[in-house]
Amino acid sequence: MSLLSADDVAVRFGGATVLDGVSLSIEAGEIVTVIGPNGSGKSTLMRALLGIVPVNRGRVVHSPGLRIGYVPQRLAIDRGLPMPVGRFLSLPRRHSAAKAAAALARVGMAGLEKRAMSDLSGGQFQRVLLARALLMQPQILILDEPTQGLDQPGEAAFYRLIDEVRKETGCAVLMVSHDLHVVMAASDRVICLNGHICCEGAPHVVSNAPEYRALFGLGTQGALALYQHRHDHDHDHDHGHGHDHAHPHHIHETPDA
Amino acid sequence: MLDDFMIRAALAGIGLALAAGPLGCFVVWRRMAFFGDATAHAAILGVALALAFSTSIFLGTLAAALVMALTVSTLAGRGWAVDTTLGVLAHSALAFGLIAISFVQGVRVDLESYLFGDILAVNLTDLAVIWSGALVVLALIGWRWSGLLTATLSEDLAQASGVRPGRERMVLTLALAVVVAVAIKVVGALLIAAMLIIPAAAARGFARTPEAMALGAIAAGALSAIGGLQASLHFDTPAGPSIVAAAAILFALSVTLSALRGRA
Repeated sequence: MSLLSADDVAVRFGGATVLDGVSLSIEAGEIVTVIGPNGSGKSTLMRALLGIVPVNRGRVVHSPGLRIGYVPQRLAIDRGLPMPVGRFLSLPRRHSAAKAAAALARVGMAGLEKRAMSDLSGGQFQRVLLARALLMQPQILILDEPTQGLDQPGEAAFYRLIDEVRKETGCAVLMVSHDLHVVMAASDRVICLNGHICCEGAPHVVSNAPEYRALFGLGTQGALALYQHRHDHDHDHDHGHGHDHAHPHHIHETPDA
Repeated sequence: MLDDFMIRAALAGIGLALAAGPLGCFVVWRRMAFFGDATAHAAILGVALALAFSTSIFLGTLAAALVMALTVSTLAGRGWAVDTTLGVLAHSALAFGLIAISFVQGVRVDLESYLFGDILAVNLTDLAVIWSGALVVLALIGWRWSGLLTATLSEDLAQASGVRPGRERMVLTLALAVVVAVAIKVVGALLIAAMLIIPAAAARGFARTPEAMALGAIAAGALSAIGGLQASLHFDTPAGPSIVAAAAILFALSVTLSALRGRA
């Protein structure tokens, strides 16, 4: 059975319908990216799938005992709350120091257990969130615009990290993004959302769909082609680069969404 | 030893610090300061009800505080403008409470003792009530600690990890009502929120983990209680406000010291 599925889901906030008739399912090991303009209900869909937001119609089904690693969009920690990285990783369930250290090492943050969360840079913060998600030994990682607020090299490095983690653990990845070209090429499937599912399929299928073009315009075509061209030789040389390494190959032509 | 009113008063203050320290940390982290105020002010209404029905003051304040805390947390959950709602509820509860007390016949009510506490008059029964309440709150917060902390960081993250934020909010609401009922004898309705916030804020500068901050808040609260009582005896000042003033001085010292340490 699917890890996670939504069947004809509708979500309303007050009088406004945010999601309507959304059906999807995520299979083990696949990478699915949800894209859509601002206010298209991407975050709401993730939160409905996680059970954070109740659905007004339809249903969300998790496979029995599903382990989810969730990386939220952003997390504001009150400065009044002292929170070292190591403590944060053990919320709500305690993990052994060895496991926490391994998770931090995996995301390139080895030995930073004692650092305060409030002293981390944006990229480091997202890596700690990812490490916490990995400690859940997830069958699926759910990431809601995880690179928001990162610079472009940081963003590219974060996506590479997710790609590596997925290859190692074989977990599925469900990701929300506005960064079309980077994400689309790495995805098995793209879902284009605007309150409902406009179109979905393999990246190249979606990018040619008239519904997608109506939402994002034609400008992304060039960027997508550029990335796919790069993609063939991408993995040979960029492992192990720090996230702040300026990477000449990752030229972003972010379209106006 | 417990015959000495100063010892009983100190023990009452330490009992309050035990519960108010950890709870006060959550009040600070979740920015619920005004929530504490509203609940504490409702206690005055509880005092009036307790006098009118001649039940114990503790039960009256506990009930009123609980109703207020539940009302506020329900309204906040429904997306009301929390700031305004709390302001309306807090001050109406205080005003209606004061009016209700003025109607209570037969008993001569020492209003000041409910507004500013009457810690020097604490008897053994009061002491038992204060310490039981404090230990219940401490046990409740200790039991839910991890879930409370996760829900405080992010309700979404908590929910995604199987913690129900609504339940954790309820734990804090209950704990707050108990602390208010316990504290009214010690510092009075007007200064309860101060005993929640100031010791926690004083502990912040020296704490590197949430646990350390909670313990630090207990220590700061206990120290304020003892220091305030000594000062009250020495300078013949009202005890409740003296305790809060001692906490404020401790806070100022803590801020100064941690600023100096940060520069060194």
